[in-house]
Amino acid sequence: MAQSVQDQVIAIVAEQAIMDVSEVKLDATFEDLGIDSLGLVEAVFAIEETFDVQVPFNANDPSDSQFDISTVQTMIKAVEGLVAAAES
Amino acid sequence: MKRVVITGQGAVSSLGLSATATMEGMREGRLGISDLVILDVDRLSVKIGGQIHGYDGADYFGRQELALYDKFTQFALLSAKEAMSQSGLDVTERLSPRAGVILGTAGGGLHTQDENYRNVYEAGKDRVHPFVVPRLMNNAAASHVSMTYNLQGPSYTVATACASSNHAMGQAFHMIRSGATDVMLTGGSESMLVFGGIKAWEGLRVMSKDACRPFSANRNGMVQGEGAAVFVFEEYEHAKARGADILAEVIGFAMTSDASDIVTPNQDGAARAIKGALLDAGLSGDEVGYINAHGTGTTANDKTECAAVRDVFGAHADKLMMSSTKSMHGHLMGGTGAVELLACVMALRDGVIAPTIGYEKVDPACDLDVVPNVARNAKVNVAISNAFAFGGLNAVLALRSI
Repeated sequence: MAQSVQDQVIAIVAEQAIMDVSEVKLDATFEDLGIDSLGLVEAVFAIEETFDVQVPFNANDPSDSQFDISTVQTMIKAVEGLVAAAES
Repeated sequence: MKRVVITGQGAVSSLGLSATATMEGMREGRLGISDLVILDVDRLSVKIGGQIHGYDGADYFGRQELALYDKFTQFALLSAKEAMSQSGLDVTERLSPRAGVILGTAGGGLHTQDENYRNVYEAGKDRVHPFVVPRLMNNAAASHVSMTYNLQGPSYTVATACASSNHAMGQAFHMIRSGATDVMLTGGSESMLVFGGIKAWEGLRVMSKDACRPFSANRNGMVQGEGAAVFVFEEYEHAKARGADILAEVIGFAMTSDASDIVTPNQDGAARAIKGALLDAGLSGDEVGYINAHGTGTTANDKTECAAVRDVFGAHADKLMMSSTKSMHGHLMGGTGAVELLACVMALRDGVIAPTIGYEKVDPACDLDVVPNVARNAKVNVAISNAFAFGGLNAVLALRSI
């Protein structure tokens, strides 16, 4: 069975945080995980490559992007939305 | 130590094909950023830039020259021609070994690279033009300037990303000040507006898709530009003896490294570079009337730069003017400091302060006088020009009117 979006996003985040996937908590922020701005941009790139979607993310003002990256959970939701939109 | 003055200047930018036209654009607060016209623009998400439209190298150079000149070299040669003509310098047999050229560029011959990668990877060709290497090498522009004017002294290229031009001009200043040379052609050139050059920047997600609005609360990133500027730096007595028209004096230079992060700007590194330039010039902070900001229009740069200026100048920060002309011509990367030095010369010589256009909304983190939207007449005796590069390499020049 194909991996869920959640598992794949967690794997991407874990790789950036240099952690095991089991250590990535859903309510963690990227700051909690020690992921800096470059790491975040790389994670966004990995998401685009993995799911073949365009992520509306501007590093100048992440909070203004229509892509909620407050926590791992919100990012998963946002990616699920993008994947659903791409499939429809 | 010798004194160093500027006796000629030349430029090409999206504001105009000369230093005069570029400064006129700055004075008018004209927007030189527009829709890009390049191959495969539909595959880019960033579709604007400070592109020089309607430019055709064949209007200025012969067929054999064009075979050897990438666009970044063409821009440098056109700028050097204007600068040399204004300076009235005669490169005699005696002067030639005491004259050199130091230019900045971040990417070098990117048009040549882009075209030829397409040829071999996309079109599957197994043969490239024999001059690919001499066209694309980063020192091509400096070398062709030295050949054109028979400058046989110290000549090289500096590549420190967005600070390349300032590092180049600072080194040229040092050459003359130390007595190693009498004349240096210096500045920088960039022609990164090709598919690969823009695609790479897109990846970093710091580019604006609509406008460059430095210091404005609603700024959303930088916009690339292209072009060049070249100056004639000359030893003061040498210039005076031949009755040259002196545009400004270069009085200080400093460079620092943040030694911290490859892309994030650093307030301390920037402040140390500004302080260093003041110290080198023997200036007190209150003598500075105008700062040409690095002012890229990214959230991080602009607030860090304003904090660094506050840190260095204290209460005087509220009295000086600081603008970013990138709002008009875009970010010329390795050529940007050179084109921006024109704004300093204009402030010192003409008493006109170039504006920061596209300014819409006050940002409390950038609460300096950024000369919003409209140029201003003001008497300024000392100006400094900031450049803070990716990689944390900072270079600041100080100029005085003469």
